[in-house]
Amino acid sequence: MKRLAFGLALLAVLAIAALAAPFVAAALGHDPFAPDLFARFEPPSATHPLGTDDLGRDILLRLLYGARVSLAVGLAAALAATVIGTAAGLFAAWRGGVADALVMRLADFMLALPALPLLVLLAAADPSRIGLPARGEAAGDVLRIVVILALFGWIGVARLARAAALATLSRDHVRAARALGATEARILRRHVLPALLPPVAVATALSVAGAILAESTLSFLGLGISPPAPSWGNMLANAQELVFSAPWAAVWPGLAIMTTVAGCSLVADGLRRR
Amino acid sequence: MIIRRLLQIALTLAILSFCAFALIALMPGDPIEVAIAGDPRLTAEDAAHLRALHGLDRPFTERYLAWASGLLRGEFGYSRLFAQPVASLLRPALLSTLALAGSALAIALVAGVALGALAASRPRAAPLVDAIAVLGQAMPTFWLGILLIIAFAVTLGWLPAGGSADHGLGLTYLILPVTTLAIANLAAYARHSAASLEATLAEPWIRTARARGATERGVLWRHAFPNAALPILQIAALDAGALAGGALVTETVFARPGMGKLLYDAVMGNDTNLALIALLLVALVTMLATLGADLAQRALDPRLRER
Repeated sequence: MKRLAFGLALLAVLAIAALAAPFVAAALGHDPFAPDLFARFEPPSATHPLGTDDLGRDILLRLLYGARVSLAVGLAAALAATVIGTAAGLFAAWRGGVADALVMRLADFMLALPALPLLVLLAAADPSRIGLPARGEAAGDVLRIVVILALFGWIGVARLARAAALATLSRDHVRAARALGATEARILRRHVLPALLPPVAVATALSVAGAILAESTLSFLGLGISPPAPSWGNMLANAQELVFSAPWAAVWPGLAIMTTVAGCSLVADGLRRR
Repeated sequence: MIIRRLLQIALTLAILSFCAFALIALMPGDPIEVAIAGDPRLTAEDAAHLRALHGLDRPFTERYLAWASGLLRGEFGYSRLFAQPVASLLRPALLSTLALAGSALAIALVAGVALGALAASRPRAAPLVDAIAVLGQAMPTFWLGILLIIAFAVTLGWLPAGGSADHGLGLTYLILPVTTLAIANLAAYARHSAASLEATLAEPWIRTARARGATERGVLWRHAFPNAALPILQIAALDAGALAGGALVTETVFARPGMGKLLYDAVMGNDTNLALIALLLVALVTMLATLGADLAQRALDPRLRER
């Protein structure tokens, strides 16, 4: 129980910080996107609480705006994965037979493959060739990463949802409902779906953590959210080039990622132990 | 069982190669477009001629079949980026990745199990191990790599920040990447071995062993560990495959010329042929590693053999 509360508290602090970004920017009087070449590599001070980066931009503000991007991508990807995964798992368990086999073989196929190299290849593909916004545009980048991460994220949810749905479908109260003449849709909605909630909630918390880590990795590799839009991953890519001139720039984005992911996994642990 | 698994691997590779070939068609710039960008004197007719010469004007399936049948005959083609035959690039890269991932896996397993044993045998150390495990799993690998570079290469100057030795093993170049990858993987082992050992230590036959006068250390390693090792091995089996691909980030951070870096460079440099073959090879290694780990588990656990 302590884990759940602690994890939720961590995530709440991060969410508030992300929401407060414009107010902090107004209070400090800086623009997190505009370079200021007269203020490069400034150490932490009252005007720049965490100092400035190689283009003279305030690191605290970029961290806060980066939180918006990273949290939004993580949440959206995890929610998409949860919806797709729950639907696929429920469908597979309910239909059984060929449909079940197809869904599960697809999951096995994707699980057998090396995830990271495939993510890199997918993220490098040019979406403008199939009529989507090109890489490098902020809104397009976010959508692209969410789609790619959801493409891999649904599998874990689907397996858990399927197992829970299979267990529930063979329980007496479901058979009783069927005997009383309930429609299949009603059985799934009233009797099976609520039983899926606990395992799916755990899977969602874990996939938020996974999605945030994956997004930061792709952005670090230059395949995720492109600069000048800040994300924790691309801030670290920038920081790696500055290890000699500004080693402190590498500390904060990494701490932010670690705190967020640890918060999510504490929530998942807490939910599982309930 | 082995034959069925090998057939599955072959089928998976076939499907993957088709999907990846289709995906690569979506990557920015085909080789001719790159050539045009590099040489302003190329005319539209030249470009069309080149396209026809290299078969790029053919339908997609025909191109795929031609490429795949060449691959099966062992014709891996050339890498545009490195101006070398792909086959000659793969061997050193694969060896480098296997050295990195293999030693990281070994260290992570030993250190993870030691931490787990510490948590299981000393209840007061358990929260600390738990915190290490949660933070270790939450820490992005590339951040850990950058921090180690800052500490040991930039500040202390003890170890190289990246790259690889021109000759020989290059142990000094291996230390930081192996440490990074090992720490990134150790958390999961610590958690699972702590849970598994705790569960085993609660069994009645452990109480019997204690009653017969076995020392605490003897109980932990002689009686509990062999039984608790199986679930840990199962996690390791799942991880063994993922490690080869997971090394991509570590290799990129430390500029180590392994399979992951090769694939990444190929993707970033529009070297489609190299990217495809590197992906297939990483996938093959991943699945073979998983298969090997499964076989090892079967050899150690008689209960799995019947099935």
